Amino acid sequence: MKYLFTINLNLVCHVRTLHTSGWGQQQEAVAVESEPEPFSVFRTQETDPACQSEKHLGQFYTLPSAHFRPLFPHGLPYRYQQQVKTFNEACFMVRPPALEVISYLKKADYSKPALRYLFYGVKGSGKTMSLCHAVHFCYTQGWVVLHIPDAHLWVKNCKELLPSSYNSARFDQPLQATTWLRNFRTTNEHLLSQIKTKRRYVWTKRESTDEGRPLGELVNQGISRVKSSSDVVGALMKDLRLQSSQPGADFRLVVAVDGVNALWGRSTIKKENKSAVDLEELTLIHNLKKLMKNDWTGGAIITTLSQTGSLYTPKSAYLPQELLGETGFDSMDPFIPVSVPNYSEKEFESAYLYYLDRKWLQHPQSRTEDGKKELSFLSSKNPSMLDRICGFL
Amino acid sequence: MAASCVRTVGSFLGKCGNCSSSLNTVTSQLSRQVLSRQICVSTALKKNLAAGGPEKFTVEFIQKQVEEFDIGKRHLANMMGEDPENFTQEDIDRSIAYLFPSGLFEKKARPLMKLIFFPLHEAVQWGADGRPFHFLFYTGKQSYYSLMHKLYSKILNIEKHQDRMRAKGLFSQDTKEISLDTSRWLTKEELEVLLVETISSNNYDRFIQLMERLLSMPYCNMEEEFVLHYRRPLEARSKKQMVPVPERDDKGVAFSTSDGRRKTSNSSVVLRDCGSGRITVNGQEYLHYFPVLQDREQLMFPLQFMGLLGRFDLQCTVSGGGRSSQAGALRLAISRALLSFLSEGEQETMRQAGLLTPDPRVRERKKPGQEGARRKFTWKKR
Repeated sequence: MKYLFTINLNLVCHVRTLHTSGWGQQQEAVAVESEPEPFSVFRTQETDPACQSEKHLGQFYTLPSAHFRPLFPHGLPYRYQQQVKTFNEACFMVRPPALEVISYLKKADYSKPALRYLFYGVKGSGKTMSLCHAVHFCYTQGWVVLHIPDAHLWVKNCKELLPSSYNSARFDQPLQATTWLRNFRTTNEHLLSQIKTKRRYVWTKRESTDEGRPLGELVNQGISRVKSSSDVVGALMKDLRLQSSQPGADFRLVVAVDGVNALWGRSTIKKENKSAVDLEELTLIHNLKKLMKNDWTGGAIITTLSQTGSLYTPKSAYLPQELLGETGFDSMDPFIPVSVPNYSEKEFESAYLYYLDRKWLQHPQSRTEDGKKELSFLSSKNPSMLDRICGFL
Repeated sequence: MAASCVRTVGSFLGKCGNCSSSLNTVTSQLSRQVLSRQICVSTALKKNLAAGGPEKFTVEFIQKQVEEFDIGKRHLANMMGEDPENFTQEDIDRSIAYLFPSGLFEKKARPLMKLIFFPLHEAVQWGADGRPFHFLFYTGKQSYYSLMHKLYSKILNIEKHQDRMRAKGLFSQDTKEISLDTSRWLTKEELEVLLVETISSNNYDRFIQLMERLLSMPYCNMEEEFVLHYRRPLEARSKKQMVPVPERDDKGVAFSTSDGRRKTSNSSVVLRDCGSGRITVNGQEYLHYFPVLQDREQLMFPLQFMGLLGRFDLQCTVSGGGRSSQAGALRLAISRALLSFLSEGEQETMRQAGLLTPDPRVRERKKPGQEGARRKFTWKKR
């Protein structure tokens, strides 16, 4: 009974590169005769998301490293980050949901209120990756990216909870706010110096930020003064919202939230007297909810649902109605749901070829047709399952 | 002598068959011996009947009980309002269960009205004067040697018959043969039971040799009945796997259904010959129902073994048991359903791979005095 998975994990034999590159060449010879490696069937040279179209569906494009560093200090799934480190390149697959959203973004009228897009699908089907793909597009277009990696991180496991200075009924989360501000700064370095604040913010008796100062200063203020970081976040969001709504604004704002159902779920944070914190009492969540309302123009809101991090939801729930709940659904109401299915045949094939090309599949039987069928069966063409299974081959 | 058991309402039966015939021969021999050997009966040796102890199970006793059972059966039939002539054992069981409802868990402890047969045990082999009945008693294995003598005398009979036929000129080699295909010789243990005494393997071999010699002679069909008495019918050796019949549903897609069981899980699978490789378990996605890779591997194994991974569509239902036993039950059901799409040779390979064998392992019961099924309590020296 020899099939892939009964064989021990220590069987990662070192296969000679000659052999594998020979195999890779066979694949290329099929499709592209004239061009030499590293181009092959499953890769495309089109690195600009704006120029990608249906022709490139199922193919991988490499993110230029200049873009990767600033864009994604946070926001990618952990496993994918490890993969990027291993392969030394960040490859995204061009898939229909992301392409759809990008096409809408291209055609949208930005004088109207911001459109809300929602990625939903079963666990591990690639919602976060689609979100990151769309964010990459916005980045290349020069938009300001407000990317919240996982809203669930803000409603659970909070070590420090301070009563807010601005509004005593609310609670601050200084640690999360500072980390987020730092990442925000990395992403939007070049734009922060250009955009100016529109109002004056007073933090304490001695510190304040005047009108007309570059946003970068505001952000630095938040990072250095940990106590007021949550308020800085709130101020930042309000400012950006106001500015992008103005007709003379020269930038557009994209708000990308992963795990948006956290905003309307429950939280596990407890106050000192052991009573649960209501979500409205958290500054970060409160401000984020204000952003999610589409009363501002000149930008877009792209979100995903996530069951994995969510609290008190059943494992089988993946539809927007189930995960957002009544209030969430009503607040998000006119939104464009985009379903993210598992891999199609073509996409699965291309992912498999990518792993082969990257010499990730070491097992001899994984290179056969039968092996491919086994992989497809066992992972049921779910991207994360496939990744996990190939991880030990 | 045969021993019988009384555990019923009023009467009991002794199972007939070989018992009675050998009994008959023994008793006839006995009676003959008694008649020929008993020279005188001393009045002093007349036994006190009351001091005889519990009643001995003689043949007359058994026959009397048989008659009583029949009468009782007729009474029971009348009581239940059914036909006394066609009252079978199943009807008796049903009626007794109705008239005497019992809450006992052990089925063998419940009221029973049935013929029960116990193996023969040795009765006293010598008479009042101490002289044994059988002339071969002092050989130690009287029934065995008497059987051998009888067999040999039959062989001699057949030879005499042959000589007579040859003398008449009617000798022919091709007489009717006894059909031996559907039966086998008695095993040594069975022969011991029949003869009510132990025989050695040497003796057994000699017996079989003699039988074979008898069968090798042309006119052996004279003793057919005698020979067949010592043969047992062969059980159906090839229990062929019931291959589920593939049907066609409305769209013309061939599908087959089958069940599978493992530990306490029951499953049923509908295997469709569609072309996609989609699987649904209890209405859910199978990735969601079996998050563990091991269970999915179990499901994959039959299809992957035959190389038919992407061809079929599975619609499964499973209940009971745990994660692993549900996967095992589904695997069995899939392999059975797959049989109808395979050729003979492939079915044979599946059988040899062990895909079609239901796993007999079930949870072993916990015993008293132990902590678990096998684990004993901690042993303390003092």
